[in-house]
Amino acid sequence: MKMKGAQILIELLKKEGVTTIFGYPGGSVIDIYDALYQAPEIKHILVRHEQAAAHAADGYARTTGRVGVCMATSGPGSTNLVTGLANAYMDSIPIIAITGQVVTRLIGKDAFQEADTTGITMPITKHNFLIKSIHELPLIVREAFLIASTGRPGPVLIDIPKDVQVAEVDFNYPEKFEIPGYKPTYRGHFNQINMTAQAIKEATRPLFYVGGGVIASGASDILLEVVEKTDIPVTYTLMAKGAIPEDHRLSLGWLGMHGSYHANKAIMNCDLLIAVGARFDDRVTGNTTTFANRAKIVHIDIDPAEIGKNVKIHIPIVGDARNILSELNKRTEAKKHDEWLETIEKWKKEYTPKPPANNELVAQTIIESVYQATQGDAILVTDVGQHQMWAAKHFLCHRPRRWASSGGLGTMGFGLPAAIGAQIGNPDQTVVLFSGDGSIMMKIQELITAVNNCLPLKIFVLNNNYLGMVRQWQECFFDCRYSSTHIINPDLANLAQAFGAEGIPVQNQEELDRAMPRVLEVKDHPVLVDCHISKETNVYPFVPPGKSLDEMILE
Amino acid sequence: MQHIISVLVENKPRVLARVASLFARRGYNIESLAVGHTQDPDVSRITLVVRGDEDILEQITKQLYKLIEVIKVGDFTEISYVDRELSLIKVNAPSNLRGEIVQTAEIFRARIVDVSEKSLLIEVTGTSDKIDALKQLMKKYGIIEMTRTGKIALARGGQSL
Repeated sequence: MKMKGAQILIELLKKEGVTTIFGYPGGSVIDIYDALYQAPEIKHILVRHEQAAAHAADGYARTTGRVGVCMATSGPGSTNLVTGLANAYMDSIPIIAITGQVVTRLIGKDAFQEADTTGITMPITKHNFLIKSIHELPLIVREAFLIASTGRPGPVLIDIPKDVQVAEVDFNYPEKFEIPGYKPTYRGHFNQINMTAQAIKEATRPLFYVGGGVIASGASDILLEVVEKTDIPVTYTLMAKGAIPEDHRLSLGWLGMHGSYHANKAIMNCDLLIAVGARFDDRVTGNTTTFANRAKIVHIDIDPAEIGKNVKIHIPIVGDARNILSELNKRTEAKKHDEWLETIEKWKKEYTPKPPANNELVAQTIIESVYQATQGDAILVTDVGQHQMWAAKHFLCHRPRRWASSGGLGTMGFGLPAAIGAQIGNPDQTVVLFSGDGSIMMKIQELITAVNNCLPLKIFVLNNNYLGMVRQWQECFFDCRYSSTHIINPDLANLAQAFGAEGIPVQNQEELDRAMPRVLEVKDHPVLVDCHISKETNVYPFVPPGKSLDEMILE
Repeated sequence: MQHIISVLVENKPRVLARVASLFARRGYNIESLAVGHTQDPDVSRITLVVRGDEDILEQITKQLYKLIEVIKVGDFTEISYVDRELSLIKVNAPSNLRGEIVQTAEIFRARIVDVSEKSLLIEVTGTSDKIDALKQLMKKYGIIEMTRTGKIALARGGQSL
């Protein structure tokens, strides 16, 4: 039976198990939207800016483990996706972006709403495709999903010219196919795993440093088994929050620039560092020449290019984290590291954050209140900035995929659309978003998307009338010259009301406590709590950029 | 150190752009580049001359492998190989100097492929050094224009890269 390209696309998406698309229509995708209109199995979430579609697909993917799908028209539609794609690429999140393109005979002619989408997105996607003929469509869609979701996951873009969408052809589903240059390594090298087991046996101050790869490969449970058996403490990147229960006795919290004091101390003093699915990012390592410089370093990663990229590695193992940790588990014996753990415990007691001044509303207590009120049973989403660091510190996650935050790219504006994606993907869960007054304003229009879809998001804006993180740097490194960081906001609670959401302004802890039951009981619309917090609080500890992890500023 | 890298790629649109964009984005320098089909019409070979230490070469190789359309990457530096460049050199050749130019070209096993009243067009293949040497000698006659391909290379003996 002959089918149009647009219909074939929808059939292929169904076969990939896609149930939700985040998108925005336009001239070059109008045929796909027409096919979508006739496909009730796939729900379309209409955002108000294409960047939000990409972030929503990203938030959906992070919290469900499934591939997120977003769609936009040609030209401005596709260029608006760019930030979202770059964000997903940096954090290795599997999303598929479908973009319309002008008809093939007009490509290169500067047609209306034409942009070189595949050219623009080349360095910020794992791969991208421009479909030149309807006959290529089925195979390309299948390849795109395979590439996005396997190996080191990442965003894949499919650019589909309008004439390909309307061309008619017999639909043949490609059952079997092979991509000659794409063969991710899943099994780790036997000898290297043995060497790691031996290194664990010999180490007296071993430490695991785990990243997003552990979440991506679903290795949390096996990681827990290994560390409990070998009694090795674990620190993690922001991306791996929830990889092991954060209140576990072996969890040191996350490391790096604003990481926990004792985790950073442990890095600088360990004699064996086992990195799993992490990429030694500069916000994690600080000065790479001093990072873990007393340790033998093992690096387990599915992407060979990450090994040795930033830090010299002694035992490299390429492969899937889950596979390798399972193999490692078979080769290791039970151990105890009482002395090492006591040393770490001592460091932990050395540093206690200063308690807030009386009756001032501070981020830490707000976040802790929300954590208590929800009993931690929520998916936590953040934007980017000081609030992100505070939320990551004080709202603990005990399971993987309960946390969505822009790690590598640090994208302000990620939070609200990502929370929408998370709530759509997890309709029965409580989704809490912490944002800042800077970040929320970058994507505030998506509040209407949440209202339209009756999403009960719990949004807490930590509002200090500053672009707080930049202000903190200006305070520390620029002699308090607050250049363009003091911001005057609209009344956010009233603004939320105008969108049809509920808005609650909060000036102190009492008001917050009073509002909390209402915030949590709402089931059919978003609530935005505008928390007016102390203006000039800093995030501590703080490793200045480029410094060693043991050169932390503590207050 | 200079390295000659062979990259076998699927013969698809934009694959060269992907390779070039990767080099630009990661800050690696390409000294020369040549692309052409192999015996398999679906596979092209990109031959790159790059400069860098061991760590940079390792990153280049690994990053190239991450491109979906890259099938195989090899570094000739580790094996015995033959490499060639082709150059076309157009020189001023007044009748009184023509014999001298032709003789010099013959020493280099270069060929005269076009003649006009005032010029000769010389075709030469060989290693970079050989082409550099001929170019140097032709300078005194006045090179009108010149072009040269990037280096191409294959492994010696029965092995393939």
